[in-house]
Amino acid sequence: MSLTFLIKRLAGAIPLLLGISLILFAIIHLAPGGPTDVYADNPSVSPEALQQIITRFGLDKPVPEQYLLWLKAMVTGDWGLSIRTGRGVLGEILARLGPTLQLGGMAMGISLIVALPLGTYCAARRGSRLDTALTFLSFAGISLPVFWSALLLQLVFSVWLGILPSAGMKSIGDGSLIDRLQHLAMPVTVLSLATIASWSRYIRSGMVDVLAQDYIRTAYAKGRREWGVVIAHALRNAMIPAVTVIAIDFVTIISGAVITETVFAWPGIGRLFVESMNGRDYPMLMGLMMMGSFGVVMANIIADIIYAALDPRIRHG
Amino acid sequence: MVDISPSLAPPRARRPLGQAVARFRRHRMAMGGLVFLVAMGLIVVFAPFFLPYTYDGQDFNFIGSPGAMSAQHWLGTDELGRDALTRLVYGGRVSLGVGLLGAVISTVLGTAIGAVSGFYRGLVDIVLMRFTDVMLSIPTLPLVLLLSTFFRPSPVLLIGIVGGLIWMGTARLVRAQFLALREREYVEAARALGAGGARLMFRHILPNAVGPISVAATLAVGTSIMMESGLSFLGFGILPPVPTWGNLLNAASAWLGIAPWLAIPPGLCIFCTVLAVNFVGEGLRDALEPRL
Repeated sequence: MSLTFLIKRLAGAIPLLLGISLILFAIIHLAPGGPTDVYADNPSVSPEALQQIITRFGLDKPVPEQYLLWLKAMVTGDWGLSIRTGRGVLGEILARLGPTLQLGGMAMGISLIVALPLGTYCAARRGSRLDTALTFLSFAGISLPVFWSALLLQLVFSVWLGILPSAGMKSIGDGSLIDRLQHLAMPVTVLSLATIASWSRYIRSGMVDVLAQDYIRTAYAKGRREWGVVIAHALRNAMIPAVTVIAIDFVTIISGAVITETVFAWPGIGRLFVESMNGRDYPMLMGLMMMGSFGVVMANIIADIIYAALDPRIRHG
Repeated sequence: MVDISPSLAPPRARRPLGQAVARFRRHRMAMGGLVFLVAMGLIVVFAPFFLPYTYDGQDFNFIGSPGAMSAQHWLGTDELGRDALTRLVYGGRVSLGVGLLGAVISTVLGTAIGAVSGFYRGLVDIVLMRFTDVMLSIPTLPLVLLLSTFFRPSPVLLIGIVGGLIWMGTARLVRAQFLALREREYVEAARALGAGGARLMFRHILPNAVGPISVAATLAVGTSIMMESGLSFLGFGILPPVPTWGNLLNAASAWLGIAPWLAIPPGLCIFCTVLAVNFVGEGLRDALEPRL
């Protein structure tokens, strides 16, 4: 991996991030009444304090200058104060990152462990009865609304069977590993179902393309057995199309498994987003959007780096 | 060696459209999906004329908590005594309507941006594609949520928001098609005959890009339905008393323990509809973009 490749990719992200910041900035100003409107009907914010906010954020200055001030504040980590809690936005977000990483990390890990062999097997046995059945199931997984599957799981396992807790991260006064895993089980399942379905399809189609190539026939001709060929020769190239999807899905879940976290009252980023929506907490929402977008841009770069690691032609190209 | 006998000569030429239709009809899942969607469409459009209740009419015998399924109320009643089946059907009108129109907006936007970008190339292309990249980088569901708190959307505005945020895939696809097609000889010939930009784009290139566009448009219907339902489920989309499958599910979730019959049908409708849409999309892909 050459350093120039890395630097080029990172430099390429800067205009993208600037574009994103412009759009998000425009959205704040589109908000009816502008960014200070949320303070206006708050009795604890005096007119003097409001004036101070206006001066501090430079809201009395021309719009282009405001944008530069806002950008500078975002870059230096001054993401403003949450309207709901009065604490710094960045700190609040970081505090919620733990539970989300726990949930998202586990769901992603399980998805990868299931989707990789599933997609590979289906491609190697293309057209078999199992492949057809799994293809059908993966369509079902993609089409399943997470809010519904979450409710169904709650209905079966919490209401009817009573074996899993319906919400939260841990029971009050408990917090043992078993208790935490019980709380993780349903949200992780809900998140994993969709990603397993979509990833296994990407891996399958990548694998189908690769298995048709000449070098695979050469590998067979050398006398390698089927699974040796599939795993040692084909898998690496078959993964390439799936890498971007996996990276983006990971970030999407970190930046807000909004629905899943809401249904299961999971105290992570996604739930913070909905709480902030209900409190019309614009600085927090903007912070979350900015962080989510930054994550997507980074995920794309990481996916490119993984491409280059998997395929030397990209590295030198 | 295989003997190449005259019987293997190409069969008599059929119109491409006829071939595509034949391929689509052989695709069992796609045909199943299409039949389901047509049936669902007919039900949500016509069933309200035959139902004895209105979507906000209350039966005061069943007020306070959800009523069970009965001969009178096939799917029960909600806590305000409103007939669940009637609300489900009306909800389907809204959900399917938002899905279809959202997909139309997304397809028109995506096609226009992709076509201009791929046809004119150069600076226009760079600007439009950078813009597309930017829109792709902002997480969609949070952005939709954010815009819907700002604007408290009417169904019409919501369609605009949903359609306005899912066109990016289509734009990239159409751009790639236009980049490839604009170099073909027949386009060059048309240009030599004096055809202008608009005529080349609409008359000559666009018809040949219709296959991928219609696949993307179909899948966009599923995406829009899913997005509207998610939004309404979280309580930020279309607000009661107007029912949609998403907000019906939201209302039912509070009664999950005692009235599961309210939560199952709306979700099942979303699931089956989106599944059918995805099957049709897959069938169209096989029919219109045959890979050899």
